[in-house]
Amino acid sequence: MIEVLRAGLLTTVQDLGRPGLRHLGVATGGALDTLALEVGNRLVGNRHDAAGLEITFGPVALRFARATRVAITGTEFGATLGGKPVWSWWSLPVAAGEELVLTGAKRGMRAYVCVAGGIDVLPMLGSRSTDLAAGFGGLAGRALKDGDRLATGASFAAGGERASLAPGAPAFGVKAPALCSFVYPDEPHHRRGRHPDGVLWAVPVRVLRGPEYDSFTPAAQRAFWSDEWQVTPNSNRMGYRLEGTALAREARTDLLSHAVLPGTVQVPPNGQPIVLMSDAQTTGGYPKIGAVIRADLWKLAQVRLAAGVRFVEATPAVARHALQEERAYLRQIDTAIAMQNERHERLRARSAAAQGRGA
Amino acid sequence: MRNPAPRIYFLGDEALVCESPPPATLEVQRRIWAVAARARGWDAVREVVPGMNNLTITFDALAADAAALAAALEAAWHEAGGAAQAAPEGREVEIPVSYGGAAGPDLAAVARHTGLAAADVAARHAAGVYTVFFLGFQPGFAYLGGLDAALRTPRRREPRLAVPAGSVGIGGEQTGIYPAQAPGGWQLIGRTALALFDPARNPPTLLMPGDRVRFVIESIGADLIEETHA
Repeated sequence: MIEVLRAGLLTTVQDLGRPGLRHLGVATGGALDTLALEVGNRLVGNRHDAAGLEITFGPVALRFARATRVAITGTEFGATLGGKPVWSWWSLPVAAGEELVLTGAKRGMRAYVCVAGGIDVLPMLGSRSTDLAAGFGGLAGRALKDGDRLATGASFAAGGERASLAPGAPAFGVKAPALCSFVYPDEPHHRRGRHPDGVLWAVPVRVLRGPEYDSFTPAAQRAFWSDEWQVTPNSNRMGYRLEGTALAREARTDLLSHAVLPGTVQVPPNGQPIVLMSDAQTTGGYPKIGAVIRADLWKLAQVRLAAGVRFVEATPAVARHALQEERAYLRQIDTAIAMQNERHERLRARSAAAQGRGA
Repeated sequence: MRNPAPRIYFLGDEALVCESPPPATLEVQRRIWAVAARARGWDAVREVVPGMNNLTITFDALAADAAALAAALEAAWHEAGGAAQAAPEGREVEIPVSYGGAAGPDLAAVARHTGLAAADVAARHAAGVYTVFFLGFQPGFAYLGGLDAALRTPRRREPRLAVPAGSVGIGGEQTGIYPAQAPGGWQLIGRTALALFDPARNPPTLLMPGDRVRFVIESIGADLIEETHA
């Protein structure tokens, strides 16, 4: 049982979503930073599709009734456990009654808290994800509130209840994807300005040309690739609304309604692109200038409101390679956890032997 | 049936679109449903989403052979040529509607625009047989074809911030039912108490592509009755 002492402004239960229902108008939903949720679940021994908490704005405070294990992934969130600072991408033992506090995002936008066994809410249409727009899934179809109580379940992976992931085993960390070279696209040299705050560079996001790319003017096509796009504050789990040069089309032909997907970059008549995210509607009618490659969607989801992104043109081969690198990274995480387990077993055996000799 | 070849193209790294050249007709849409039914069984395919005159499939980019899927879509399109003439397979669904009054606040506006009496608007709307072309926009929202041309009415100049769930509306050449409360600009002529979407039900939507819908007059608003007696 987890007691939500402070829920923050937008904390929702999310897993990997409910694929296969878009033809009924039901969004796939699920964690925006899927890679963070996948790693978090591995760090506590869960099935890869167990549900965790997606935390957007702190402060969030959680109290754990029983000894368990948690992992925070995604961006650093200024977290403390039992009053001591803890870092993201670590597997952490939690004592009964201990409090986990997440203050606020340091660089990115979202953190994920995974708990051993997963957050156990009633699955709806095959998923525990919260669909805020349709108002179902997760905890009563809504964001968490102060005072909510969450049950934990039994969504353990085969072999997930390994000794190194038991509540009492020591903490250990894995490499965050942001520290891995695969996250950064190979691209021709760019000269880019700094942000108004003087710190951040616009985040590169790889995009494939969309079906209506050719219907935009040459100036619009150039601006799409060369401008910095600001993430406006009315961006949410349905879409990232960007602001920059108005993208004009050669001819305003109407499109018949068609499927749209997370990653689809659509351009409404005002010329300001919207990148659709997990909770987006299933069909639309606006022209699609591009599509963010699957492997870069989580990176976009970590771009803060008012920050900048820029689009780097990708090819299908690049998109495929990026996904393969992401899978390879997850295999490295699995290996790291298995090694941690071996080390833990060895130390335990040694201390048992030492105790045996002492007797 | 002679039909021009569809256009098949990618939408991002995980989706293929099969699009028939215009115009959009029920015949073409039947063919799209037939291709959709085939595509649901293909390996590594995750979603099969019909649109108006088009079909999108999504797939696991690492497990699927995208070129082979594109070829399969084209082959399925040609094989499904006969489906366009085949008898429709959908179900008949009756939707009881309270027309006018508080349930249909724009009925009078539709009557004014069409030059029909409000009671006739309701009667004509309920006389039609509508086909579910596809679902989208919201869970359970059905795009219906078959609105009587005499009932076409432009959307409201100012969209409502909250259209109540179950509202039956007309927007241009289309009619439809809002499954959940949402902002919307359609002219609301009535409301149904039926749940169009229930995530606890299997399937969760009342309507599926290919279904034929009939609206049944359940009650008529007080304003309508007065008008009829006048």
